[in-house]
Amino acid sequence: MFRKRDGDVADAIADAHRREWAYVLAATARVACDIDLAEECVQDAYVSALEAWTRVGVPDNPGAWLTTAARRKAIDALRRNQTLRTKLPLLVEPITDIGAELSDEESIPDDRLRLVFTCCHPALAREAQVALTLRLVCGLTTTEIAGAFLVSEPTMAARVTRAKKKISGARIAYRVPEIHELPDRLDAVLTVVHLLYTTGHTAPAGATLVRRDLVDRAIDLARMLLALMPDEGEVRGLLALLLLTNARAMTRTAPDGRLLLLDEQDRGRWDRDAIAEGLRLVLGALHAGRPGRFTLQAAIAAVHAEAPSYAETDWRQLLGLYDALLSRWPSPVVALNRAVPVAMLDGPAAALAVVDDLALDARLDGYRYLAAARADFLRRLGRWDEAIEAYQEALQHTENDAERAFLTGRIAECADTLT
Amino acid sequence: MAEYLILIYESEADWAANATPEVYQQVMDAHNRFAEQVSELGAKIVSGRALQPTTTATSVRGGDAVTDGPFAETKEALGGFYLVEAKDLDQALQIGKLCPARFGGVEVRPIMVFE
Repeated sequence: MFRKRDGDVADAIADAHRREWAYVLAATARVACDIDLAEECVQDAYVSALEAWTRVGVPDNPGAWLTTAARRKAIDALRRNQTLRTKLPLLVEPITDIGAELSDEESIPDDRLRLVFTCCHPALAREAQVALTLRLVCGLTTTEIAGAFLVSEPTMAARVTRAKKKISGARIAYRVPEIHELPDRLDAVLTVVHLLYTTGHTAPAGATLVRRDLVDRAIDLARMLLALMPDEGEVRGLLALLLLTNARAMTRTAPDGRLLLLDEQDRGRWDRDAIAEGLRLVLGALHAGRPGRFTLQAAIAAVHAEAPSYAETDWRQLLGLYDALLSRWPSPVVALNRAVPVAMLDGPAAALAVVDDLALDARLDGYRYLAAARADFLRRLGRWDEAIEAYQEALQHTENDAERAFLTGRIAECADTLT
Repeated sequence: MAEYLILIYESEADWAANATPEVYQQVMDAHNRFAEQVSELGAKIVSGRALQPTTTATSVRGGDAVTDGPFAETKEALGGFYLVEAKDLDQALQIGKLCPARFGGVEVRPIMVFE
């Protein structure tokens, strides 16, 4: 251990915040038996770290240092004021001998999975699951979460408080689900992480297409889940899906912010390391048993990532993967995406027929990519008037500036051809 | 252990349309089976009651305004309840899933504990 400059300490704390928050909070929650108290103590521990680490240097194991500090604060608070225990209690088995457990840091059980499964409990609304995961597992502030989801801070604060109160009020157990419950419960967790990624990947509104921090948090979470559940094929599949999708993120927009479709993207700029890691993971996930929806989506992303060009993409294999995904997960959005390989193999008229059938599905009402897909197939068929109409409909359903610019550009192209 | 109220909401119209002795017997059997299943889970039914239909309900609002009918007109009306003791929400939801409600569903509400 050696003395470091202030900037290094600040970096070490930022790093420990990102890497260790979930571990420290989960370990503290076990002692505090109370979410709010645990959160306060962990925040205090990070504040103490700034002073202590500046003085004596950054410890070899920042997570263990922070955990010990936060747990001491929790125990002090509990001794000082027993009534704190009833604030927002967590349903955990009480630790009978706190002192004994504190003496041996190596034996601290890893409670991060309990924390994740509690935040993503199906008795909580999806938006509450997302907010709680960012708050408790990632340690984001309410202000940051509100910013990421474009809601006001009081709204987000109320959402988080309501969810925490339900956990203690309805006695949502702070535990990892039993093996028979795991498939459903795990799917809820993976859905939350995927939702974080997609929200960051295509911000629903605003000037930039990608919200970097949400994307990074989602990938961090997927990595953490895989480290904690290495045998779950779908966890592997989710991380693969995020890495493979993200490997192409930088080429989705032109320097002027214009949206670029897959056939226009510069494949030389795709992140080859991320693709290699994603491919390894997807192969592992496919071998882990009957592939689930995240693994199949990752396999689809892998086919695109491996293709040397748009024209040389293995559309036959993609169609097979989409069929497998549809039977596993009958979502109209998947059925819509399936129209892309149909168009490549059987032509735009066949794809248009698929899309027109889907337009009858009420679940896709107002779905912006339905009108956009229809417009694209009509454009390729040279049915310019109808294409313009469909592009205009798509335009009504998106607030994202890059997407709006793209659609407006297409309308102008179609109109030019007409005149 | 904690207490939860399982509120059974069912469509009274669907009940009326299917009010045969056979259906009635099936439902009675289902509730008896439910009681056994709850014990097998290690949980406990504290009490349970079926209610007469909402056509017999009278509401009192603001302390003195008496009106005929249930407090809220809904497609599915409260038709009965169980007060159960369960170890956590997961177990209470497991009980909720077992609870017979063939013309509707159930709501699981934790009982308030005053310290």
